[in-house]
Amino acid sequence: MSVDRSRELIDAVTASIESGKPLSIRGGNTKAFFGGPQTGEPLTMSGHSGMVSYEPTELVITARSGTLVTEIESTLKEQHQMLAFEPPCFGERATVGGTIGCGLSGPRRPYAGSVRDFVLGTRVVNGRGEDLRFGGQVMKNVAGYDVSRLMVGSMGTLGLLLEVSLKVLPAPRTECTLILEADRDGALEFQQRWSQRPSPISGTCHSGGLLHVRLSGSETGVASAKSKIGGDTLDDGDAFWTRLREHDHEFFKGTGRLWRLSIPQASPEPDLDGDSLMEWNGALRWVISDSPADRIRTAAAEAGGHATLFRNGGAETEAFHPLSGSLLKLHKKVKRAFDPKGVFNPGRMYRGL
Amino acid sequence: MSVAEKISIRELRNRVEGDLRQKLARESVLADEESLRPYECDGLSAYRRLPLVVTLPDTVEQVRDVVRYCHGNGIPIVARGAGTGLSGGALPIEEGVILSLAKFNKILDVDTGNRTALVQPGVRNLAISEAVSHLGLYYAPDPSSQIACTIGGNVAENAGGLHCLKYGLTVHNILKLKIVTVDGELVTIGLDSLDSPGYDFLALMTGSEGLLGIIVEVTVRLLPKPECAKVIMASFDDVEKAGNAVSDIIAAGILPGGLEMMDNPAIRATEDFVHAGYDIDAAAILLCEVDGTPEEVDDEIERVRRVLEASGCIQMQVAADDEQRQLFWSGRKAAFPAVGRISPDYYCIDGTIPRKALGDVLNRIEDLSSEYGLRVVNVFHAGDGNLHPLILYDGNIEGELERTEQLAGKILEMCIEVGGTITGEHGVGMEKIDHMCVQFNAAELTQFHAVKEAFDPGRLLNPDKAVPTLHRCAEFGAMHVHKGQLKFPEIERF
Repeated sequence: MSVDRSRELIDAVTASIESGKPLSIRGGNTKAFFGGPQTGEPLTMSGHSGMVSYEPTELVITARSGTLVTEIESTLKEQHQMLAFEPPCFGERATVGGTIGCGLSGPRRPYAGSVRDFVLGTRVVNGRGEDLRFGGQVMKNVAGYDVSRLMVGSMGTLGLLLEVSLKVLPAPRTECTLILEADRDGALEFQQRWSQRPSPISGTCHSGGLLHVRLSGSETGVASAKSKIGGDTLDDGDAFWTRLREHDHEFFKGTGRLWRLSIPQASPEPDLDGDSLMEWNGALRWVISDSPADRIRTAAAEAGGHATLFRNGGAETEAFHPLSGSLLKLHKKVKRAFDPKGVFNPGRMYRGL
Repeated sequence: MSVAEKISIRELRNRVEGDLRQKLARESVLADEESLRPYECDGLSAYRRLPLVVTLPDTVEQVRDVVRYCHGNGIPIVARGAGTGLSGGALPIEEGVILSLAKFNKILDVDTGNRTALVQPGVRNLAISEAVSHLGLYYAPDPSSQIACTIGGNVAENAGGLHCLKYGLTVHNILKLKIVTVDGELVTIGLDSLDSPGYDFLALMTGSEGLLGIIVEVTVRLLPKPECAKVIMASFDDVEKAGNAVSDIIAAGILPGGLEMMDNPAIRATEDFVHAGYDIDAAAILLCEVDGTPEEVDDEIERVRRVLEASGCIQMQVAADDEQRQLFWSGRKAAFPAVGRISPDYYCIDGTIPRKALGDVLNRIEDLSSEYGLRVVNVFHAGDGNLHPLILYDGNIEGELERTEQLAGKILEMCIEVGGTITGEHGVGMEKIDHMCVQFNAAELTQFHAVKEAFDPGRLLNPDKAVPTLHRCAEFGAMHVHKGQLKFPEIERF
């Protein structure tokens, strides 16, 4: 499905600038629960979709921002390629634009790279209604400031994304998932040991006394690692990692406040009340807890990271970890540089931004 | 410069020297001509200017003092690491100071559990890998000047190197920066975790060429060293076949650690220099390296071999051992000095193009070379389409430099035309500043200026570099190497 709504979308931005009524940009609205509240006139990007170009031998795909992530993934799969950052969708109508805006990556992130690492270029409408292109379709490109990567995770507050060019990678030739029994310390120790040398590990998940380990790569490499690691083989490994990524894993059921702690991978488990699931070789800890936000954020900061109130937070607590004074000042200035009238998703990242 | 301007520079220099001597140690402020000369240019030695003074602070507090002083007095600041840059990024401003980070050469901490290192900006790129080698770790981005270039400079340029197809650029290999902003504030960007809240200023700062802030600390990611590496060399009788072979390797789902190409003039020049055993009649040579565990490497080499066979290469050879692997690479790595032997001057271009355009672009460069009557030698990071055409000329011959610059401009415009960029890794600096006007339109350049304004409204950090004013869009930079006197001749260059 290939439809170019660029003209109409640029006009919507211009109208918003003139009227002073801000826009609430959304794709499939699958991440409405994430981040700050949506305020402003809804502007749906769905329908602005289709591949602008796809060159498997160039390892690059360019798509309109309203293209469904599932459509991109199935197109890549036909050529044995993939989005190596394994984005979560949280709904089948998830668009690539929303994925870029939220900056969320899945289980493969620490091994292959984050969503931002794979962005090569963007076409955006800025807060002056201008249709701009930054980056391009090649990885080695240092001309100008890296505005394209700045867009990633900006929650749509810096501009309206029309197109994005992403680097793609060959899909692994084979994968398998192993299950080991381990407590949290044991899992951390295993991860540490296996991080010291190159390995085909492409995903880890520790929860409820079980450590799941995914191996990806050549047949010989995977077989070799499998024989050294041991454990049981999970029959439908793919389904497990998809469930994990989409938060269909049983850990994520329930309505408790879900915290996302991003901390250095070797960090000992923070002392917090509540259940915890560990991912990303230890660099991501999901915690379901009613502890006060301050306590959780302090624990994350002391470990060298930060904590996001990911889901079920309620309106009073800000979703994202607060910024230092000087950093917040820079945020406001950069925001003004792209969106002087404040038309794009006000408050979607931080209050007042 | 007029006599009046010369006098006022001298007065300004005296005043600034005096003021800064209050803040820094005696030997940390240089103001006499002889001491300033080594700082008059970076690796782009065609362009030289003396700064007002050179400052060599020892501590972050001193960096802040210098910056606050300059900010308070409207004095431009050009930060400098080792000065190996090839685009004039560290070229001084006459009424400005050089802020050298050379004394910031310590590795502050290595975290083996998290595989990161906290380093000062003046630490040499290779020194990082050397320091963690005994732990089985290394720092992946390996620009060709890595024995001399500094990590701070690498961040400023978003340096690449031979292995970025597989391991990424600098931006993919750092976690955190401490910067001093133009008003002297110390700001931490990023965290020790894999991501950080808010806007991705880490990505914005990387490759910002000293225009947004002064880097005073870098946290780099370290990787486990690959267990082994093997290289295969293939010769082709046709440049397009070689270009297609590159695409075929990628299409087969192989991600080599390194994938490099040389055309016939490059093969002849380098073979003459290092005697690596290249086929001097080949139209092009491909060097493809794979790394990993021994099983993975054997697997991959076999797959590369099958692809190359099918691609119609004349012959191919897998290096028998590590020594031969280094020999195969030695010619490619010595391309610049090899070319320096056969021409009084050469001009290096740093464009990136989609891989599929390689054959076409090479053919067009050959046509242009005939048209302009100038030899062109081509070496490429074929894996990521980053090409370095080297135009050979003699600056002593009337009009040759001008023709060279015109030919270079044509080649750069061709890069943009086929969907690429004017700079893959050397940066824009002052050298390619006007080609930014071809690659970006006025609205895009204005957006860049707005970003700059958020960080440095007074335009004191590295002015007249990287992003041209709309007013400036008519000038042209040039790089040439005169009679083999390349700055830092001992550094390997790609």
